[in-house]
Amino acid sequence: MASSMLSLGSTSLLPREVNKDKLKLGTSGSNPFLKAKSFSRVTMTVAVKPSRFEGITMAPPDPILGVSEAFKADTNELKLNLGVGAYRTEELQPYVLNVVKKAENLMLERGDNKEYLPIEGLAAFNKATAELLFGAGHPVIKEQKVATIQGLSGTGSLRLAAALIERYFPGAKVLISAPTWGNHKNIFNDAKVPWSEYRYYDPKTIGLDFEGMIADIKEAPEGSFILLHGCAHNPTGIDPTPEQWVKIADVIQEKNHIPFFDVAYQGFASGSLDEDAASVRLFADRGMEFFVAQSYSKNLGLYAERIGAINVVCSSADAATRVKSQLKRIARPMYSNPPVHGARIVANVVGDAAMFGEWKAEMEMMAGRIKTVRQKLYDSLVSKDKSGKDWSFILKQIGMFSFTGLNKAQSDNMTNKWHVYMTKDGRISLAGLSLAKCEYLADAIIDSYHNALLYWETPIEL
Amino acid sequence: MGGSVKMVEETLKLAYGDDSEFIKDKRIAAVQALSGTGACRLFADFQKRFCPSSQIYIPVPTWSNHHNIWRDADVPQKTYHYYHPETKGLNFSGLMDDVKNAPEGSFFLLHACAHNPTGVDPTDEQWREISQLFKAKKHFAFFDMAYQGFASGDPARDAKSIRIFLEDGHHIGISQSYAKNMGLYGQRVGCLSVLCADEKQAVTVKSQLQQLARPMYSNPPLHGAQIVSTILGDPELKSLWLKEVKIMADRIIGMRTTLRESLEKLGSPLSWEHVTKQIGMFWYSGLTPEQVDRLTSEYHIYMTRNGRISMAGVTTGNVGYLANAIHEVTKSS
Repeated sequence: MASSMLSLGSTSLLPREVNKDKLKLGTSGSNPFLKAKSFSRVTMTVAVKPSRFEGITMAPPDPILGVSEAFKADTNELKLNLGVGAYRTEELQPYVLNVVKKAENLMLERGDNKEYLPIEGLAAFNKATAELLFGAGHPVIKEQKVATIQGLSGTGSLRLAAALIERYFPGAKVLISAPTWGNHKNIFNDAKVPWSEYRYYDPKTIGLDFEGMIADIKEAPEGSFILLHGCAHNPTGIDPTPEQWVKIADVIQEKNHIPFFDVAYQGFASGSLDEDAASVRLFADRGMEFFVAQSYSKNLGLYAERIGAINVVCSSADAATRVKSQLKRIARPMYSNPPVHGARIVANVVGDAAMFGEWKAEMEMMAGRIKTVRQKLYDSLVSKDKSGKDWSFILKQIGMFSFTGLNKAQSDNMTNKWHVYMTKDGRISLAGLSLAKCEYLADAIIDSYHNALLYWETPIEL
Repeated sequence: MGGSVKMVEETLKLAYGDDSEFIKDKRIAAVQALSGTGACRLFADFQKRFCPSSQIYIPVPTWSNHHNIWRDADVPQKTYHYYHPETKGLNFSGLMDDVKNAPEGSFFLLHACAHNPTGVDPTDEQWREISQLFKAKKHFAFFDMAYQGFASGDPARDAKSIRIFLEDGHHIGISQSYAKNMGLYGQRVGCLSVLCADEKQAVTVKSQLQQLARPMYSNPPLHGAQIVSTILGDPELKSLWLKEVKIMADRIIGMRTTLRESLEKLGSPLSWEHVTKQIGMFWYSGLTPEQVDRLTSEYHIYMTRNGRISMAGVTTGNVGYLANAIHEVTKSS
């Protein structure tokens, strides 16, 4: 329950207060070095060797996980989990792609061994992933200018790049969108790479603050890294138009910045792998040097297998070779070599024409379901809301998520009154929405948008 | 972010004992990790974050990646004596001196069994003495256990060093790997555990371990963990695994015996006792880099230049060839 998550978070560790029940004094196997003395209601332990972890406090609960936990604890039948960043079917079940099952069966039949992959990962996977991203015929591929290494999904790939930036571009800053995926900041913080934000989301239009974005990128010190979402921006669902991408590329080139793409939804946004790679290919066509992190969590549903890649587009094959060698040096003391299973699945699916075709069809189906649900939600909102508010932003957004424009009080109302679970920034995951629930959700949104502040005098902390 | 709960539960039983009070009392902070490397790295990062002024004492020699791991975690390193080249065994007095001279409360990296690369392990009695000295010095023991079951063929036996420290009341850390003992190399399955004072602290420490993992890879890969939990969670499969791990360990032990006998039969004047005294996957031969180079260039035998030979690569089919080659390059020394 949400409240218990809070209380865990606010409890600081009091080293000498130990629950007496847990001490098992005098029983066999108990710690011979602990002596307990009772002082009224508090049991003190005098350890011969006090723990060196006493000063460690509880880490804050994950904002997304907290949502799922609260959802699980809710017993109301109408409850809806729109916090989840994972695709669900119309029946709101997780979905393992048929082509993935096929690939895994093939792999099992073949009896592939479980030997270590090289540090850079499965060669067949690396080749396939770079070609998927840039197109097999692209000059950067043909001229071997891309250093690709398999990474632990998007997170791991981003982290490798961040570590490379810290090591070889000391002092360089990364600019991230406001807002962005919550873990981006953690990654750059832990990699000790300084970051700042560029304007992105405009709450007034529930759209892109393009002028602000360009201005902030322009203002950044030359040679900064600019983190861009290749498609289906998380959490807003708001992507630049093709014309805007051109202008973004212009200003980045003008300031000699280094683009850094996070591509977590290729194929999953529009339904087309090529279309979703358009922004990346625009930059590649210009001969720019840049980074691209990829993930197969969503588009192949391989979430838990942790499969992705970091690509560094360089100006020469020689540079690419050197960059690759240094990425390996970063990976080795992190995890030695990447996990094989997900990589094999991708390589098998992409490497077989029939399976590749099946994958594209399933991806279109998933993206299609989300688009359908978007449309139904929009239609429901328009037909139910008599205020004349413009809900078209929902149709303009793309991908798994929609930024509803609801503020915290309104989001709280969604949960407290309607049992709709979402993140406090107003983000809903359409991947967790079924056609059957669209009307209910529309009612909840309309009520929250117009009435939330009437119901609750002060916003309730979730 | 903590990975497969089932897999972690079973993994802790292997290290701490099926009936461990620490498991019952929920005193162990544990997360699934990216095999042994990932577990060590997570611990190193944890050490850096919460004991920023600490160093790590690493044995000489050790698996080379240990140095990379603590270096990239930005934890300063010191070394302690371990291998005795003259005896091709343990430099026990050197080790104890270094433990004694280290500042109180230092962090030490220990190989639980089948030391990599030397194959030289302390005896039970020596482990007890080390543990006592650690207690006196209030040192923190971090065990890297990459070969449980694979060393002697008996997982409980191979965890003896850890059990000794636990009996003596130490709060230890452990890195465990299924790369070798379940052959899951490329799946990257392992576990990091830290024994805490109580359940509350274990929950707290675990939350911080997860906090470190999140910006590194978010959550660990599923497939290998599922294999482990399926095997260890089913009594028949677990029993089958124990048999298979013993077969693997026995094959290597058998090869050690055969190699030593072959070398002695060839009339080598040198002592080859260390072939069978050392344990685990590796034989620290004592061959010089020059001798190693000759083995490669003249006999097409590939090994690391520190003289370490992976016994896993030795078979009944090639042991004779290997013995002969070693004899040839060493007979004049």
